[in-house]
Amino acid sequence: MKQSRTTLAVASTTLIAGVSLAVSADTLHPAVETLVGLGYPAPQEDELVHIPPTMADLEASDMHPETKAVIRRGHDLFTNTQQLRGENVHNDMNCSSCHLGEGRQPFSAPVWAAAVTLPDYRGKNDHVNNLEERIAGCFAYSMNGTPPEYGSDDMLALTAYHQWLAKGAPMYPDQPIYGRGFPPPERPDELSYASGEALYMENCAICHSEDGSGLYQDGEYIFPPPWGDGSNNWGAGLVRVFTAAGFIKNNMPLGQPNSLSDQEAWDIAYYMSSQERPQDPRYTGDVAETLERFGPTFHRHSLYGQEGPDGEILADHANWGEKGDEITPWNVGVPRFEALKEALEAQ
Amino acid sequence: MNGKRFMGTSKRITGGLGLLLGVGLAAGQAVALEGDAERGQAAAGTCVACHQADGSGMNVPGGESWPRLAGMDADYIAKQLHDFQEGRRQSASMLPFANMLDDQQIVDVAAYYSEMPVTEAQGGDDVDDALLARGEKLALRGDWDAYIVSCMSCHGPRNEGAGSDFPGISSQHAGYIESQLRAWQADERRNDPQNLMGAVAKRMSDEDIRAVSAWLASQSVASE
Repeated sequence: MKQSRTTLAVASTTLIAGVSLAVSADTLHPAVETLVGLGYPAPQEDELVHIPPTMADLEASDMHPETKAVIRRGHDLFTNTQQLRGENVHNDMNCSSCHLGEGRQPFSAPVWAAAVTLPDYRGKNDHVNNLEERIAGCFAYSMNGTPPEYGSDDMLALTAYHQWLAKGAPMYPDQPIYGRGFPPPERPDELSYASGEALYMENCAICHSEDGSGLYQDGEYIFPPPWGDGSNNWGAGLVRVFTAAGFIKNNMPLGQPNSLSDQEAWDIAYYMSSQERPQDPRYTGDVAETLERFGPTFHRHSLYGQEGPDGEILADHANWGEKGDEITPWNVGVPRFEALKEALEAQ
Repeated sequence: MNGKRFMGTSKRITGGLGLLLGVGLAAGQAVALEGDAERGQAAAGTCVACHQADGSGMNVPGGESWPRLAGMDADYIAKQLHDFQEGRRQSASMLPFANMLDDQQIVDVAAYYSEMPVTEAQGGDDVDDALLARGEKLALRGDWDAYIVSCMSCHGPRNEGAGSDFPGISSQHAGYIESQLRAWQADERRNDPQNLMGAVAKRMSDEDIRAVSAWLASQSVASE
């Protein structure tokens, strides 16, 4: 077999990785130089720049073979989350659909940041989350599914991959993190649905299709759907228009970051955010009530419960997507530390 | 497509369909012709000298390699032929042959080659294992530190192609892939949609190009 000639080869072109640098102008890592050359901001004086290790670094490391295998499994789940389809994933997405570059990429919500900033308080569910619970949230919302159990093999493998990517980064850093999240461009005064639609057709539809369904070909994931049943549900972070604008501006079209103007990125985000998708798992049965309850912490940034392009109310439905109404994510709406919280409030 | 359901209100479904129909009609004038592989075989008489009777093409070290056409997407082949005719893609050797075909023959020839089983590719034997590993990394994972996205993120799983816009590149001759990537780098080829290939090609080093071309050529594509 021709393919066999590749199996023993080990990449030898590894750059220094798993390094965190205090920023100064003459220590820019080549990866950061690449970003600056592509129009991303250079790191600020006080920012933490961390270059996560690669899978080649993992192979070259002297970690226990079984540890490597588990981290490899985590990487595999992260980049091909569709292998959990029907069990934990009920849409057409992978983790790496949004966290580009295998979760390593700055300005594409690099996931190692979660490994060094958690456990921490999270407004979205109003309690302190650890890394597992944070990942579980992605399954409930972004994957429109239900998470693997805490402590399960799949969950452990995923967290191990996140922590491996954080190798060398300081725990609970005091400095702000360079390229964290999807930094949104400045919001323009007016957003245009019509211009967003035209821009989407011109720049995005070739991969994500005109109806937003992405591309699944011969039963295999190719391009993720930005809306519709195959996409993330109404509770995912990306339904916030500023987050979508940040994702688009920094990462799309693929290979051409920062090529859209701020206005264009926001207009496309606004168009995309005005389309339907599976219901938020926090839905109370009434869209207005759900909006009232989760508006202050979340949906004030989305178009949930707002009037859509055809005058209908967005998310006013009980369409749960592929998971139907039989499967509900076990991690949603579960409070923690209630006694602690009461004690704090009593103070 | 994988049992997808369209969701949302009936109003939206109507809106979506209207949009799709509109686009379909606009594009329809160009693609209304239906290809016939049998007629294509007759029209392909002039193609076989280079692309071979089995559509395998030929890797020509140090010269111009002729791409494998067997098993390529029909619409992709047809688009390339039109692009040669209309100057959107340059090739001194291909231009006269493309010009011999009328619109009907183009879709026929495209259908003919698309139905052939994918053949093995040649070339890239001169790269060592380390470079081949670099090629595999670029093809499957990319090198994001240089903002080179993986081939498979557009060309599909196993790089066997996605839709009609992203051709299969697995089991394509190394010499051909190499020459095309270099053409994109030099702005000599720019008929890709939205400069998607050009932007990435320009970030690749000579070594990257050799590596990925060799690795892709080394891949087999299973016939259905």
